[in-house]
Amino acid sequence: MKTTTLTLVTIVAEEVLARELTALVRDEGATGFTLTECRGEGSRELRSQGMPGGNTRLEVIASDEVADRIVARLAEHYFASYAVIAWLSPVSVVRGDKYLRPGPTG
Amino acid sequence: MSLTQILGANLLSPIPLAFALGIFARIIKSELQLPKDIYAGISLYLLFALGLQGGVELHHAKLATIAMPAAVTLLLGCITPVTTYFALRRLGRFSVSDAAGIAAHYGSVSAVTFIAATTFTKGQGAEPEGFMPTLLTLLESPGIHIALAIGALNVKTSTRPTREVLHEVLTARTMILLVGGLIVGALMNENQWKVIEPFYETKGPIFRGALCLFMLEMGILAGARFSDLKKVGAFLLAFGVLMPILHGALGVWLGSMAGLSAGGATVLGAMAASASYIAAPPAVRLTLPDANPTLYLTSALAITFPFNIMFGIPLYYEIARRLAHH
Repeated sequence: MKTTTLTLVTIVAEEVLARELTALVRDEGATGFTLTECRGEGSRELRSQGMPGGNTRLEVIASDEVADRIVARLAEHYFASYAVIAWLSPVSVVRGDKYLRPGPTG
Repeated sequence: MSLTQILGANLLSPIPLAFALGIFARIIKSELQLPKDIYAGISLYLLFALGLQGGVELHHAKLATIAMPAAVTLLLGCITPVTTYFALRRLGRFSVSDAAGIAAHYGSVSAVTFIAATTFTKGQGAEPEGFMPTLLTLLESPGIHIALAIGALNVKTSTRPTREVLHEVLTARTMILLVGGLIVGALMNENQWKVIEPFYETKGPIFRGALCLFMLEMGILAGARFSDLKKVGAFLLAFGVLMPILHGALGVWLGSMAGLSAGGATVLGAMAASASYIAAPPAVRLTLPDANPTLYLTSALAITFPFNIMFGIPLYYEIARRLAHH
């Protein structure tokens, strides 16, 4: 089967940010996302003492450019003040067009 | 009854006892916990019942009797975040973000403290005015906004537009259930209310029983924060007890001046004394990301809330009774 290589952006953040982050990825050109509730602990001490509610895991499959822009926005607005981690990984998908928004930005 | 008798009677009533059990369970590291969805369901029921009953009473109330209590409630909503902020800044030397973050919590109101105060005064035979839930909704949001505005004026906050914060606070489930309940209750006719009254009656066995279960979980939540008490420092410990007494006394006094009964003034005092821990934390976290959540959550949930449930409410009642005799 014909597959296309795209980028999977995975963001794990405090739950309170869920709504803002989904708006952010849409805004940067993601055609969809998957959101899951999750739990965990990290290096930031604020997290374990912190807010009620758990973490939220946001997954987006997008073009390299869109993935880069998402991570750049995260770095600019969220990394300093919130418990957020994000990583990129290459993925092979079928129906590659599904994840790309038509237009110059890809 | 003397104050000590009232205090004793309160401590041995089901609500504080269930709350204490929750704290105890947490301290001995029991795995006891209300399932998340049941907790959410009970809180939904309690708030909706409160709104409905308030709405039914509102239907009968005259505008003239509510006007003054509503005015002093809004006044309280403007005073409490400011006094909190300046006490923390000037006396406690807290950072702007931390002081504003805590002020947002103390300026807003804890619905559970309100419910506990209502139940307590009814138990003492001092029925508060039926329109009290209306006042609860009035006190819910001004405090959060004033405190966040103070913060925003003084430090660089997140880039979120105020419109979004406002939307979040006004559409929070507490507000929808309370305000929606008030409207539904006010629109309903007497016969229709009679049909559902046994289920929603806030003096009834279902409501009070559900409240006990809810307080058990509140105890577990508060108990989980007890280990943070040593991190917040002596100032915040003292603040978490003294600030509610001050705000509580002010609320009782203003309530009495506005013509509320001893029961109503007690409930208004308890509202002013309470600190929100449902609506305020996400709003503060998103708007003032530099404010330390440990400080505002621990003071609101592990200090002020238990204090009000165990000792504060009977104290405000005593003040209200004395004011009523003069």
